[in-house]
Amino acid sequence: MIVLDDVHKSYGPQHILRGCSAEIRLGEVVVVCGPSGSGKSTLIKCINGLVPFERGTITVDGVSVSSPKTDLPALRSRIGMVFQSFELYPHMTALQNVSLAQIHVLRRSQKEADERSAKILTRVGLGDKLGQRPSQLSGGQQQRVSIARALAMNPQAMLFDEPTSALDPEMINEVLEVMQELALEGMTMIVVTHEMGFAQRVADRVLFMDRGEIVEDTPKEQFFTAPASERARQFLKQVLTH
Amino acid sequence: MNYRWDWSVLIREPYIDWLWSGLLLTLAISILSWAVALTIGIVVGVARSAPSRVARLLAGIYIDVFRSVPPLVQLFLWYFVLPEIVPDGVGLWLKRDLPYPEIVTAVVAIGLFAGARVAEQVRAGIEAVGAPLLPAALATGLRPLQAFRLIALPLGLRAIVGPLTSEFLITIKLSSLSLTIGVLELTAQSRHVENYTFQGFEAFTFATVGYLVIGLCATGLMRLIDGRIGGASLRKATT
Ligand SMILES: Nc1ncnc2c1ncn2[C@@H]1O[C@H](COP(=O)(O)OP(=O)(O)O)[C@@H](O)[C@H]1O
Ligand SMILES: [Mg+2]
Repeated sequence: MIVLDDVHKSYGPQHILRGCSAEIRLGEVVVVCGPSGSGKSTLIKCINGLVPFERGTITVDGVSVSSPKTDLPALRSRIGMVFQSFELYPHMTALQNVSLAQIHVLRRSQKEADERSAKILTRVGLGDKLGQRPSQLSGGQQQRVSIARALAMNPQAMLFDEPTSALDPEMINEVLEVMQELALEGMTMIVVTHEMGFAQRVADRVLFMDRGEIVEDTPKEQFFTAPASERARQFLKQVLTH
Repeated sequence: MNYRWDWSVLIREPYIDWLWSGLLLTLAISILSWAVALTIGIVVGVARSAPSRVARLLAGIYIDVFRSVPPLVQLFLWYFVLPEIVPDGVGLWLKRDLPYPEIVTAVVAIGLFAGARVAEQVRAGIEAVGAPLLPAALATGLRPLQAFRLIALPLGLRAIVGPLTSEFLITIKLSSLSLTIGVLELTAQSRHVENYTFQGFEAFTFATVGYLVIGLCATGLMRLIDGRIGGASLRKATT
């Protein structure tokens, strides 16, 4: 469903992505991990065209992300994205956050959008927080609003960029549970995370990145029991002992 | 010092009328030039944050020029120089047919100067508070213009209501410059009273209190709006 082929990205003289290729099939859950600065965020932002890249191709359902003929906003509306720092609109309530793109992108009526938003917010356990501003919510609640905002667009796939890294430990699980449920429902997901427990429970495959390269692309069982590269072994030792 | 205080000038005709009309004129010029400043400031500030390089450049030139030339010089340029350098018909209209030419000129000149300062605040607000949310807005499928109009602009504007208070106060104080082109606003009327009665201290006490009250009302109003829209928490979020 999502195909990356030899993607290169530079910021000035810095070569950030050095020929990344991978394929994510419908319904698959792929966890991306690797040391900080290895290009994980850059890679998943390339997938919905938030970061332009110089070489290679990315297609989503056969539609090229980098082609000038592609209607990029339309493509993005079909891919949900969740950021590390929530990125909610602080001047709007939870409900308004979730309704905005439904109204302005999907052209749903205000009423229709609000009904759907309320339903989805209830599903992620926030049915009683519809009228709250982000500043009135805990980190875990904010991140669930942000997941709801993405889900409200009926996306075909979801991208997560370290969705729990900014959370206090006691709030990590409430977010992971929502994600796990999504995965069980068959959502196609690419998840950048260091939560190896989540990867072990939910992932089909693990991509391990280091210095702009996808060093490993293996089924999760193999990744955790017998990683092929020394770098992945080192990395696993570090995150698992923490 | 053998100054003879006589506070009764402040309630005697016609001085009381002069002072009051000056106060009202100051209030009117302040509000009108602030409206001009806000309009210009938002338009130019948005242009300054626009993706178009030409728009950014023009807005930048506007801001640099109007912030750098002293407002008194700008006032003179608009009032004395402009009518001479435009085509004769326009110049004549400016001098003869423009209603309340001194007041209109003062409002425009002060508004354009303050507008450049407001524009810089608008740009900063959009950049610091609004723009960081653009990727998230775009990721939901909003088009760039929609994301700007629905998220970056309203957020940027909300964040600067507090900082704009001092621009509002500057605009109010600048209204006193208009006396140099013959507008009988509060400062001019106070001098007028002094010249007639030699009770300058009383007259200028009236002016001082007048400016103070207008300024405090402006501050209170801005604070009220800022509190309503939660501007303080938006500014905190960026630091
Ligand atoms: N906008 C940017 N401009 C310049 N360099 C950037 C930018 N974004 C990321 N980088 C650089 O790209 C590299 C990879 O960053 P990132 O993709 O965020 O890594 P990760 O998410 O794996 O921690 C880092 O060295 C970072 O400094
Ligand atoms: Mg990252």
